Amino acid sequence: MEFQFANLSEFLTMGGHGIFVWVSYLMTFLALVGMAIYPRIARRRLQSELLRQQKNAQRRRRAVSERTATKAPDLAKEPA
Amino acid sequence: MNWQWFHRLGSPRWFYQKTGAWLPWLALASVVLLSVGSVWGLGFVYEHGQQGNSYRIIYIHVPAALLALAGYYVMAISGAIGLIWRMKLSFAVMRAAASIGAVLSFICLVTGSLWGKPTWGTYWEWEARMTSMLILLFLYIGVIALSHAASREQSADKASALLALVGTVNIPIIYWSVNWWNSLHQRATLRVIEESRIDPVMFYPLLIMIIGFYCMYAWTLLTHTRTLLLKREMRTKWAQDELLGGR
Repeated sequence: MEFQFANLSEFLTMGGHGIFVWVSYLMTFLALVGMAIYPRIARRRLQSELLRQQKNAQRRRRAVSERTATKAPDLAKEPA
Repeated sequence: MNWQWFHRLGSPRWFYQKTGAWLPWLALASVVLLSVGSVWGLGFVYEHGQQGNSYRIIYIHVPAALLALAGYYVMAISGAIGLIWRMKLSFAVMRAAASIGAVLSFICLVTGSLWGKPTWGTYWEWEARMTSMLILLFLYIGVIALSHAASREQSADKASALLALVGTVNIPIIYWSVNWWNSLHQRATLRVIEESRIDPVMFYPLLIMIIGFYCMYAWTLLTHTRTLLLKREMRTKWAQDELLGGR
């Protein structure tokens, strides 16, 4: 088994077929790389979505507890 | 009979934790096999007598076509399992298989068209093999579109599974299209039972590429499915731990 082309430029042109061959391989390479990294991007998006949700929930909880903390004395006074 | 394994298999959490260990190996195998096969096929196999160097496209065209077809079974069967046993996991596999299958059939069509220009003198011809392959791409896209269409996830799952099942009719048509209609596309040269009609020197890198594409398929099917599962289970504790606790 040996390299079939005399030099680099022959390897690139492939007797006129180079453009078809190289575009095919490049396109396939890009498509496969995209397919491979997509889950990673989606996962990162989910991560930030989850963090945002947790922060919102925390803020809501704090707001509720602050409201009850300030209102509680008033409510306690009223009936008395 | 003990059916516990089957129900456990349907558990997203069990699936997620089980498959994590396979990923690095599948990724490594696909990168190594695809690189070796490509270099071998691009530079170290002699020129084809009639087609010159354009035939080097075979090393991605044929594996992509094989996996686009095999992937359709994966999608249709997991859709059927989801419909019958209402298994969340299998719908996630179906959705993952739909996007990967769409990419693979797209690769198959584009490389085929780029191969067609220097060998047949045309990028596209409405003949049986190419048309049925284009329908395959549309079926994949249809399943993806349907799975995003309904507002309720369960009804979207059911609708896309049904489309996937109905579209199975197209698969035998693709397989036999080159024999039923006299077409531009050459007949199958790879045989399982008889001896293949392809020079062994040209065949070895093709075999490596086919195995590499299978590894790539398994790897991306798992990673896509796992991400879909995390998304669906985002309210559960295990998914949140998984998302926030490192990789």
